[in-house]
Amino acid sequence: MSILVDKNTRLLVQGITGSEGSFHTQRCIEYGTRIVAGVTPGKGGSQHLGVPVFNTVEKAIAETGANASLMFVPPAFAADGILEATATGMPLVVCITEGIPVLDMVKVHRYLKGEATRLIGPNCPGVISPGECKAGIMVGGIHLPGSVGVISRSGTLTYDVVSQLTSLGIGQSTCVGIGGDALPGSTFVDILELFEEDQDTKAVVLIGEIGGTMEQEAAKFISHKMTKPVVVFIAGSTAPPGKRMGHAGAIITGSAGKASEKIKALSQAGATIASNPAEVGLTTKKVLETL
Amino acid sequence: MKTVFAFLANVGSNPTPSASGKQGGNLKIHEYQAKALMAQYGIPVPRGRVASTPAEAREIAAEIGCQVVIKAQVYAGGRGKAGGIKTANNPEEAEKAASQLIGTKLVTHQTGPEGAPVSKVLVEEASDVTRELYLSILVDGESHLPMMISSEAGGMDIEEAAQSSPERIFRSDIDPAISFQPFQGRKLAYGLNLGGGQVVEVTRLMTNLYKLFIDKDCSLAEINPMVITTDEKLLALDAKLNFDDNALYRHKDIQELQDKEQEEPLEIQARDWGINNYVKMDGDIGCMVNGAGLAMAVNDLIQYCGGTAANFLDIGTLNNTERVVNSFKMFVADARIRAILVNIFGGMARVDVIAKGIVEAYQQMNVPFPVVIRLAGTNLEEGRRILAESGISFIQAKDFYDVANKAVKAAKGVME
Repeated sequence: MSILVDKNTRLLVQGITGSEGSFHTQRCIEYGTRIVAGVTPGKGGSQHLGVPVFNTVEKAIAETGANASLMFVPPAFAADGILEATATGMPLVVCITEGIPVLDMVKVHRYLKGEATRLIGPNCPGVISPGECKAGIMVGGIHLPGSVGVISRSGTLTYDVVSQLTSLGIGQSTCVGIGGDALPGSTFVDILELFEEDQDTKAVVLIGEIGGTMEQEAAKFISHKMTKPVVVFIAGSTAPPGKRMGHAGAIITGSAGKASEKIKALSQAGATIASNPAEVGLTTKKVLETL
Repeated sequence: MKTVFAFLANVGSNPTPSASGKQGGNLKIHEYQAKALMAQYGIPVPRGRVASTPAEAREIAAEIGCQVVIKAQVYAGGRGKAGGIKTANNPEEAEKAASQLIGTKLVTHQTGPEGAPVSKVLVEEASDVTRELYLSILVDGESHLPMMISSEAGGMDIEEAAQSSPERIFRSDIDPAISFQPFQGRKLAYGLNLGGGQVVEVTRLMTNLYKLFIDKDCSLAEINPMVITTDEKLLALDAKLNFDDNALYRHKDIQELQDKEQEEPLEIQARDWGINNYVKMDGDIGCMVNGAGLAMAVNDLIQYCGGTAANFLDIGTLNNTERVVNSFKMFVADARIRAILVNIFGGMARVDVIAKGIVEAYQQMNVPFPVVIRLAGTNLEEGRRILAESGISFIQAKDFYDVANKAVKAAKGVME
């Protein structure tokens, strides 16, 4: 079992005809994902990679019954793409696009309030439920079906952690990249809630990083609501503080943004901290052995 | 209203390489440029102009015709305490003050010991001030909304103020659908203990600052201090604007304002070569990694293995061999470097393209130190084949730990 995407996911790809859209749509199809439609304005009526292409998300849903969207729309148009999908009531939108202006995302979040759509990303690797559905750019072959949920702000670091898990024979229920932007559509807490409810997830691996306070929020959730064990790695212990950040922002984020503060909060909440990024797999193995 | 600690804890911007790596950094501009922009939006600023020479400073002081302030234009804060702000009673004194600043390096608590170069000074009318207030706008990571922050504790470090007297800091979240509203201005104005006409005046100022923030895709708009003068006027005595790098494509005018002299030279070099996510660090291992999280984790792991990284470098996902070649150019030109670490886990980035780039780099330049390479992910087999068939000499690493460990040993000269 899994969260967010599974065998019943009927995926639509927004930006299917672009170079990244094409490359990764092909990989998703090869993985066994049911890609039922593509959307590229102006290319409606054509076929791309054997998938019917539509001008609008609304039309694509009407014709194919798509129930999730994967987005490769360029940054200048991505917020509009998210809004388009949200306006149709699309239950899940996974936005891969990197570099969306912050104020565009402010509008998106305002529009998402009260809507049925769950947004994952932007600037993320996507979501995969191994053996069922790959809605993202992650390498399919490194995953193994199983019962550990993975949540991460990073892309490639997650691939590495997943490889460690798989090589130890530890499978994953679902791996969710929530993305590295300041205003992610879904937070650690949002996804932890889903894993806590998912009967087939036994433990969760959480990969955080410096900046913001999402890890501290996760710590509160873990300490009050989470019954399943959580293994954590926080990237950026060696990162220089305040680099490239404006005065007020850097100051206000202040100490809360540091790796050490996040590790402290999560450790106090009862999570198990991996001492270095190459040991997340082994740490998870030890935790699973105690269950 | 949310508590002050909530906003202190919940600003979601990333002050780190991860931020700059993944969500775009923040372009800074000088105070004189920020004031010019604010003036365009109807925000009152002191009379003045920027000078590049002491003679110009003298002319401007003569034009203003009263006591002036000479302010060193650097990106760092803490100028006052560092001697970067001087007063002058006449044009001669202005010239002298400017000559003491222009061409020097100003060391403040934000610059590090090397200081920031001063090539311009802002010469402006001195103001008699009765009150110093604080005002800023930035996007809150929790509410996902722009928030206006104001405080009576102007002129001082806002974080210190928030800790010592949180009850003196007020915030108002702004709904982008209806923009900044007069009632929010009144709430903040009464919080600042303003009265009478000043409430209307400061509300207008806040409305204008919000308009500027939105129009120009700012990541930070700060007036600290915003002062009340002895003749009861409201004035932006200092001004700071930062901009969202991700939105610069729609603001060519802002892009042109950047003063490259104020940035780390290696980081400017990297950006000129298309490597947007480079941060200089203190060590001797040149790192080329894809993905900001992985790049940070690599640097952490290097330290865990007993070494130090010379940089943070996220090569990004554009599958561009030129960027790989340019990364190697950066390393070869960097005298500190003793070894190169390459750790690529292909996803959006394809391993074969990275491998091609490495081979091109070896063809274009002499790489005078050991290179430790670990490849995994999308198009791995093709990438391995390209490296093997090229005949270049490098140290292969099998996994994440191995690449860091071997790079640390190589930098110390204990590997072949």
